[in-house]
Amino acid sequence: MQQKMKKVKITIQEDGEPKEIEIEVPDTGEGGWGDVSKNRYVSKSHTRVDAVDKVTGRAKYTADIKLPGLLYGRILRSAHPRARINRIDATRAMALDGVKAVVLPGDDPAVFSRECRFAGQEIAAVAATTPEVAEDALHAIDVDYEVLPFVVDEDAARDPAAAQVHGDRANEGESRVGEQGDIAAGFAQADVTLEASYRCQVQSHIALETHGTVCQWEGDKLTVWASTQGVFSVRGELAGHFGIPETNVRVITEFMGGGFGAKFGARKEGVICALIAKKAGAPVKLMLTRKEEHLATGNRPSAVQHVKLGATKDGKLVAYERSNYGTPGVAGSANIPGAPYLYEIPNYRIEQTSVFTNAGPMAAQRAPGHPQAAFAMESMMDEMAEALGLDPVDIRQMNDPDEARRNMVAMGAEHIGWKTRRSAQPNTGNGRIKTGMGVGSCRWGGGGGRTQAECTINPDGSVEVKCGTQDIGTGTLTLVHMIAAEEFGLKTDEITVGIGDTNYPFSGGSGGSTTAASVSPAIKGTTMLAKLELFNKIAPRFGVEPGELVASDGNVFVSSDPSKSMTWQQATAQLGDEPIFFHGQWLPGYSDSGVPGVHFVEVSVDTETGLVKVDRVVAVHNSGLILNPLTWASQVNGGVLMGIGYGMYENRIMDPATGYMVNANLEDYRLMGSTDIPEIDILRYDEPERGVIGIGEPATIPTPGAIANAIYNACGARIREMPFTPDKVLSALAAVQEG
Amino acid sequence: MADRHDEARPDESSQSKNKTGTRFTRRGFLKGAGAGAVTAAVAPAILVSEAGKAAAQETEGVMSATVTLDVNGQSHNVEVEARTTLADALRDRLEITGPKVVCDRGECGACTVAMDGKLVFSCMTLAMDAQGRKIETVEGLADGDNLHPLQEAFIEKDALMCGFCTPGFLMSSKALLDANGDPTPEEVREGLSGNICRCGTYPHVFEAVTSAAEKMRKGG
Repeated sequence: MQQKMKKVKITIQEDGEPKEIEIEVPDTGEGGWGDVSKNRYVSKSHTRVDAVDKVTGRAKYTADIKLPGLLYGRILRSAHPRARINRIDATRAMALDGVKAVVLPGDDPAVFSRECRFAGQEIAAVAATTPEVAEDALHAIDVDYEVLPFVVDEDAARDPAAAQVHGDRANEGESRVGEQGDIAAGFAQADVTLEASYRCQVQSHIALETHGTVCQWEGDKLTVWASTQGVFSVRGELAGHFGIPETNVRVITEFMGGGFGAKFGARKEGVICALIAKKAGAPVKLMLTRKEEHLATGNRPSAVQHVKLGATKDGKLVAYERSNYGTPGVAGSANIPGAPYLYEIPNYRIEQTSVFTNAGPMAAQRAPGHPQAAFAMESMMDEMAEALGLDPVDIRQMNDPDEARRNMVAMGAEHIGWKTRRSAQPNTGNGRIKTGMGVGSCRWGGGGGRTQAECTINPDGSVEVKCGTQDIGTGTLTLVHMIAAEEFGLKTDEITVGIGDTNYPFSGGSGGSTTAASVSPAIKGTTMLAKLELFNKIAPRFGVEPGELVASDGNVFVSSDPSKSMTWQQATAQLGDEPIFFHGQWLPGYSDSGVPGVHFVEVSVDTETGLVKVDRVVAVHNSGLILNPLTWASQVNGGVLMGIGYGMYENRIMDPATGYMVNANLEDYRLMGSTDIPEIDILRYDEPERGVIGIGEPATIPTPGAIANAIYNACGARIREMPFTPDKVLSALAAVQEG
Repeated sequence: MADRHDEARPDESSQSKNKTGTRFTRRGFLKGAGAGAVTAAVAPAILVSEAGKAAAQETEGVMSATVTLDVNGQSHNVEVEARTTLADALRDRLEITGPKVVCDRGECGACTVAMDGKLVFSCMTLAMDAQGRKIETVEGLADGDNLHPLQEAFIEKDALMCGFCTPGFLMSSKALLDANGDPTPEEVREGLSGNICRCGTYPHVFEAVTSAAEKMRKGG
């Protein structure tokens, strides 16, 4: 059987310009991955290839790197939410035994400013021989601040009389408007129009490994170990900052303790580490403290959404109006999706703004803007269903243009027993503990690209695959082993894989649920074409065409006559002394973007204490072709739970009187723990013909909205403000009782 | 928690108000509170002045000493300051980096180690107080190349993602199974309630602990 070939278009860089060319690759069937049912690895569960290192403590994260002569860096941060530094004096700090370098605002105005706009802004840094001395040195820097008026609350900051966060512009930025149709005409058609406001809080990322780097200079060459979601983004920023070629900077991320969207680029702390390492003439490790993480490394912006929704009496949505704002802190955007979330509404108008406050800047966080949008939309959908006397599932099915999502809603409803176990009327249980059920949905983009890889097949049969992606805990390294092993008919431990290093071929950052869809087609394409080169060389030995050869189970044989066979090593020995080397890139046809997701949730509400417990989540997700179901399920679990954390517990609390975050730790900033974990049933909605689609983000989006709806179903209290803490539940219950 | 005095606000630079360097730091506080302040659940009012005094001394010269730590059956001499935590001594001085520092105040369990068979947060334990105790870290869990059944189960059930919390979860899981070889699901959750995982792999951790317990009961 001759291997079928197909032509694909790829984009290459020529003289710095993107250029589309056509290449020929083996046609491996629908979705690019063909019939995966007989695969040994791809689409089958595989334990993590680096798991032994992780369970034995051998895995070395950036925080664990130790180099000879290593110094410890710390950053001095503004003590005030808004202040001007009149004088800063490090004389006492420099006099301390063990302090090797101090950098002050004047050393690098591109990094430090004398204008402090949030409590926690970087103003100086030290490097010392021990972490303890570094901490002492921070306290021995004398700062003379001129304290200025500030504002940390997004509602207060909208008042034109409020303190101005930036001198040159208003706190509330320009409106961004999205519209379609005619909303006045739309609302005129509506039989029922509802209006409500929903409020989402600021959420910290809390990757367990804090932001940080280890920086080592040799002349004008810099080696960096970074806790990052994008080694190349760190390299680019550092090379740019220090005016050296990118080839002079090497960034390494072997193990990485979580990112969730806030670890792209070198960031201030990375630049500061390199700066002070240069000044000290010694390698420096600068890992932030937990408190610094909360104050200065990013967060999910808040969202306050005023929503008006109109529907006909049979449940068709006809008009939607939303005005929303949120705070990104001192910089960035608090925008959320700019069209009605999920549902088809012919007439809509959305107007949104970002409001600066004197608080740490936002950063992308797992599905930026989506959980906020989903919470308000999915809450409002249930409110509308009740006003119209419709089932919440039915009103969704009626207005959802996405067929896959409609199928997934039906799957989840069936699984959880929506029609049989859920009371259509809210608050029907007896006793103080009431139970209820709710639903929420999402969409996410994802998609892949921007990844190169290289593969070497040595004459002794050893195979090496390199790709400058990074494994941030999602299992990327394992995917690379699996795909290469599948292609060569070898075992996963027979492939040597290098990732997490800018010395390897370029790959983009791990974010936006794009990593699997970016890396796997690049690995598939590169190994497939490397294998084809091998077959081109050895086919004459078999007396067949290259496309008739198959590599499987450690052998290479003729597909129509498996008795014509060589072991893999015998086959590669035909190469003589010259290895096969192939540099490939991401290919179209192996991945896709755009996925729906649906969560059904069961809760118990203690109507006396207001405590809510999420008992069960049915999570229905669609990743096209799932490469590794074991690690995929972990991603879904993690997404579901991070969504519960956002909906139920987490909240950055800023004190409006002092401008400080009052819970910049892990006890007052409440995270969920083992006793809060519900039962999670994961349902797969497979579409392997679409190829690989990411899962990290869709899995977290629908949870808060589904919980709010379940709380209402349980006890009749509609909670429109996250997190759903007992005080809010009790207030809402009291409001219901008062009628 | 007594250590709240430490960081009521971002005052690393509060020297503008206080030129003597007097401030409350957690480490200063521990030093003031003295030996045995493992989780420091003590009345803060009395100790604030102690902490203040201790902190004031920080910048005037620090006391250091060489202590002997028995870690995973091996004896190590290590120079530490009075305020150096066990976590920092293990990680920065001895390069035993399995225990991780995540919250640095006894809330997340990532730094969990066993000391004389009892779990402690190594970020809340002074290195000097660990002298003469048997310290076990995740590095000591396997018997040479033979993984502990819990380690095998964590791998098999994918009870780890980024892996940063994993050493702490493994130490807590081992203590749980050492005390109770057949825990109920509720007991597993209770036993792990001192550990935080941000990737959210708890369901797989519960499966792993239950599966390892079963295997260990069968003599595996």
